[in-house]
Amino acid sequence: MVSDLREGIALTETTTTTSASDPRARIHLAVDRPDGHSDDHDTVVEFRGVSCYYGAFRAVRDVTLSVPRHEVTAIIGPSGSGKSTLLRAINRMNDLVPTARTEGAVVFDGLDIYAPGVDAVEVRRRVGMVFQKPNPFPKSIYENVAFGPRVNGFRGDLDELVERSLRRAALWDEVKDKLRSSALALSGGQQQRVCIARAIATEPEVVLMDEPCSALDPRATLQIEELMRELSERYTIVIVTHNMQQAARASDMTAFITMDEARAGYLVEVAPTLKMFTNPEDRLTEDYISGRFG
Amino acid sequence: MSVLARAATTPRFEPALMRRRLSGTIFYGACLAAIGITLLAIVILLYDIFTRGLTHLDLNFLTGVPSRIPARAGVAPAFVGSLQLGILLAVIAFPLGVGAAVYLEEYTRASRLNRLLRTNIANLAGVPSIVYGIFGLALFVRALGLGYTLFAAALTLALLILPVVIISTMEAIRAVPASQREAAYALGATRWQVVRGAVLPAAAPGIMTGIILAMARAIGETAPLILIGAVTFVTYLPQPFDGGYTVLPIQVYSWAARFQPAFQEISATAIIVLLALLVLLNVLAIVVRVRLSRHLQW
Repeated sequence: MVSDLREGIALTETTTTTSASDPRARIHLAVDRPDGHSDDHDTVVEFRGVSCYYGAFRAVRDVTLSVPRHEVTAIIGPSGSGKSTLLRAINRMNDLVPTARTEGAVVFDGLDIYAPGVDAVEVRRRVGMVFQKPNPFPKSIYENVAFGPRVNGFRGDLDELVERSLRRAALWDEVKDKLRSSALALSGGQQQRVCIARAIATEPEVVLMDEPCSALDPRATLQIEELMRELSERYTIVIVTHNMQQAARASDMTAFITMDEARAGYLVEVAPTLKMFTNPEDRLTEDYISGRFG
Repeated sequence: MSVLARAATTPRFEPALMRRRLSGTIFYGACLAAIGITLLAIVILLYDIFTRGLTHLDLNFLTGVPSRIPARAGVAPAFVGSLQLGILLAVIAFPLGVGAAVYLEEYTRASRLNRLLRTNIANLAGVPSIVYGIFGLALFVRALGLGYTLFAAALTLALLILPVVIISTMEAIRAVPASQREAAYALGATRWQVVRGAVLPAAAPGIMTGIILAMARAIGETAPLILIGAVTFVTYLPQPFDGGYTVLPIQVYSWAARFQPAFQEISATAIIVLLALLVLLNVLAIVVRVRLSRHLQW
């Protein structure tokens, strides 16, 4: 995992011809597919028996789950069921908690990101994240979007990359005349779209969203949900949400997790969203989505 | 009589509004007196200094050198000495203080050793400045052979203000929301990139304010400098690494200690110069804080 973006781009031609048996090569392969529509239903991220611990406390218990490419996967479940922990296992953000520990494998494009020798820093460039509360840096809009490319040694046309990212985040027209003014001067919804533009500027394959609308008003929420739809053509989106309507409106797949007697979150059911909300398999899911519990 | 009826007839509140209002008034008066006494002391002090010293404040005083004749004396060597001391101090204390604070805040985990370090640094801030003077004399002047130079003085005073710089920097760093660090980490930043790109810019106003105020304190210090060789009578501009030097507080001290009234008057004039320098530093601290934090809000 020593390569940076530059090498990733340079490898576009070569990786398609080299054998994919080397896991290091495979991770390039995935990123280098610009639109990758070839196979919409392959798996990008796969949890294999994942358990997450904070010290002795087990927050997530033995989750096995596949995240399909270029779709929106929603993780729903009651507060404290480990949704965020599960999400943060995908970009190794849990590593930042000193006592945190992950068991099992999170396979990203064929490579277990928890395997020895895998650098969390490189994983995080390829798996972007948007947080619950908009958290732009106290810098200009431009500098916010350029931050990720800069720290990752981007050598191309930065202006162009910033513009493209802002366009994809449906924000360009609103901010193109004030790129140099502070991102904190924007509205909450705009700030969250700056954060989305910032997350996709490192050209990730997966974008994680941790309740991205919980601090926004209904109109801004709708904008973000529409944006998620558009983004899912290029990126794989995994969203944690408390809002079941949001999961129903905006996602293709829904995973329901809840907690057991020991307060460890476990996967109850995962299914296409429509099926999940009309005909859930599990009684627990039905109770939760109908509002009887949680 | 039932329990309910008894409860209804027994008064359960005693409003005593008069007494509560009165105690409020007394407390208000006490606070007013406290600020009044403080202000009065400062006003009397300033009045005394300005009535005695202002008449001597002119260009000759600022550009002149000390003299046996009070009317011809000036503070140029002391003023330049204080400026040089300030610059050297900033150059030494800034990287050391910020570096130590970043290490303690960002690179260590909450261990017992870490807590011990923090407590000790906080305690060091309370050590009398003369103790630093003795230490500076032993280490910088003698052991390291720097001699009685301005550089040795700057090193000593840097040690004196380091605890304050470290503590204020740590507080500024701690005030940066965790969400800012997470944002940077999530973009694939390394720990150093997170510190440099997200934490330090956000903490900059607090860090700068703390350093400038610590420098203001050091520039007003006298006691440790007497011990490490600040000379009271210097008629040339100091060289930082060689030869005798003096600074404004030392000059004030030496003139004030003389019994001729004329010297005490120019001592007051030197105080005015020193005060002006300190006010300048404080204004700078405010300007820096306002400018750097204009875009900071979360």
